[in-house]
Amino acid sequence: MADLKIRNLKKVFDDVEIIKGIDLDVRDREFVVFVGPSGCGKSTLLRLIAGLEEVSSGQIELDGRDITDVSPAKRDLAMVFQTYALYPHMSVRRNMSFALELAKADKNEVARKVSEAARILELEPLLDRKPRQLSGGQRQRVAIGRAIVRNPKVFLFDEPLSNLDAALRVQMRLELARLHKELNATMIYVTHDQVEAMTLADKVVVLNGGRIEQVGSPMELYHSPANLFVAGFLGTPKMGFLRGRIASVGAQGCEVELDAGCRLSLPLQAAGLTSGSDVTLGIRPEHLHRSSDERCHLKVKTDVGERLGSDTYCHVRTRSGESLTMRVRGDFTPRYGQELDLTLESDHCHLFDSQGQAIGQPLQQQVA
Amino acid sequence: MNSTTLATPSTATSDARPVHGRRRRSPGWFLISPSVTLLLIWMLVPLAMTVYFSVIRYNLLYPGERGFVGLENFHYFLTDAGFIPGMTNTLILVGGVLLISVVLGVLISALLEAAEFPGRGLVRVMLISPFFIMPTVSALIWKNLIFHPVSGVLAALWKFFGAQPVDWLAQHPMASIVIIVAWQWLPFAILILMTAMQSLDQEQKEAARLDGAGPLAIFWHLTLPHLARPIAVVVMIEMIFLLSVFAEIFTTTSGGPGYASTNLAYLIYTQALLQFDVGMASAGGLIAVVIANIAAILLVRMLGKNLTEKH
Repeated sequence: MADLKIRNLKKVFDDVEIIKGIDLDVRDREFVVFVGPSGCGKSTLLRLIAGLEEVSSGQIELDGRDITDVSPAKRDLAMVFQTYALYPHMSVRRNMSFALELAKADKNEVARKVSEAARILELEPLLDRKPRQLSGGQRQRVAIGRAIVRNPKVFLFDEPLSNLDAALRVQMRLELARLHKELNATMIYVTHDQVEAMTLADKVVVLNGGRIEQVGSPMELYHSPANLFVAGFLGTPKMGFLRGRIASVGAQGCEVELDAGCRLSLPLQAAGLTSGSDVTLGIRPEHLHRSSDERCHLKVKTDVGERLGSDTYCHVRTRSGESLTMRVRGDFTPRYGQELDLTLESDHCHLFDSQGQAIGQPLQQQVA
Repeated sequence: MNSTTLATPSTATSDARPVHGRRRRSPGWFLISPSVTLLLIWMLVPLAMTVYFSVIRYNLLYPGERGFVGLENFHYFLTDAGFIPGMTNTLILVGGVLLISVVLGVLISALLEAAEFPGRGLVRVMLISPFFIMPTVSALIWKNLIFHPVSGVLAALWKFFGAQPVDWLAQHPMASIVIIVAWQWLPFAILILMTAMQSLDQEQKEAARLDGAGPLAIFWHLTLPHLARPIAVVVMIEMIFLLSVFAEIFTTTSGGPGYASTNLAYLIYTQALLQFDVGMASAGGLIAVVIANIAAILLVRMLGKNLTEKH
């Protein structure tokens, strides 16, 4: 069992509040990813959980035990660091057994646990090497092995893949996902890479400025972001935003008048909105199309196109000067400055009020 | 694609061969010859002169007598009453100062690294400062202000507790000199070890904390292995300078009482400039060179591997 509860957690460094009150539940066997821009406090939050930083106020509870002031070693947590932090003068074997040696565990037991971890991570041929003789990916695996042998309740990962090259990162990402299933482990993972967040997580925690912006499954966050920040942060290329005003509110949804020059009716229940209030409409690149048979026509000029082979990301500019990105087929070659007519899939539009909060629930349920 | 990738290496090697030949006939040797020549003159001339002086009778009190005497000078130097104490004292001095500066150096720099207190920067500067005081001055300070049996600080302390003041330089001459020299060289060790300690990866320490290591375990399992290389540097560099300590002995005990604080360097000095026997002093100098080389070879064997090994 590993049930982590965080209640109103705050951290102040030299009068600057870095973590501004966080409430979070991590359930047993969950893979939770903290994601956010740099400086959002995600690493600090992880270090608070690990006990490497002192909590200013609030509470951390693991399986009903208050661990807020417990020393890091006694929290039943293990952490994998960004720089791996292997002990350079110890062999791979001793790196993994170090914690158990310090805990004065039985020698046979230590050997059994180390060889078990080495088997899972395919490190057996490397056990007698020193860290400097290993490649980046192997070092990463040793760092994970060091966590596994301690059999912790929760694994903590602090941007573990950011020191690896792109190909290795993809491979290690898969290995981590496999490891999570194989060990039935509870994991908390910090990253700034939203692809890692989307692919690995059961539950994504989006942090910004020391606060939680939204918690949910990757698809929940992708399909119904709670605010402008989450909407803009998740998804590549970014969601496009268009300014506008509510024109009318009805039972079947609401109508929005966009500055870019079109009127659009959305199947969104816009409770508490009156016509005339300022809103921002968000639309993802895959929900913009190049046709002219639907209700809303956006007249845009193409900016530059990024051709990836399978898709082309076509950056366009509206008449009101807002830029949007549209995902089109790979064989489409936009010319610079070309005039295009776009339609928006009204089912997939997001609406945000002037405070940046998402408005209304979509009338039909999203596929989560 | 295949044909070009296969062709490239073969053309490269055929290109490379003449380049290689040209490099062999390059004017490199010619270009470095001035500095090499200068270095050879710098080293070979004094060495040759010392070797020459060591095999002739060359006493400044008997001008004109410059006959070849073979290895007689070496024989006299090695059987001189001062030789065995000189050797022993050299070893005591080198060993004692190295031990003090490494052990205390590690402890002090570890404490400085671990403790956060106001004025830490000032303490660091003060810890380093003895290194900048010239040996004669520091020896005089120790002799007259600290060790002096009448006016020294230690004498005052002894008297305060009602004890008979100790005449340190007369009763424990070698220990006193070891302390003086260690006081000068400890800052060097601290300087090197403190910088090295700062380069210890913080995440390693944090990982160790998570692994359940307390401050002592971290010191033993992480800090000390991390310091192995800087300690080797300290030992090698200090040894070079400690083999030739002279000013501290000259200003405090003049090698005495008897030969009690005479080291090899001081013995050679007495031969050359108190007994005016340049021949015998040259023989002593050559013996010192041999001893220094033996020490250097042993050291490189022991520590050199540690230095060249990549982390």
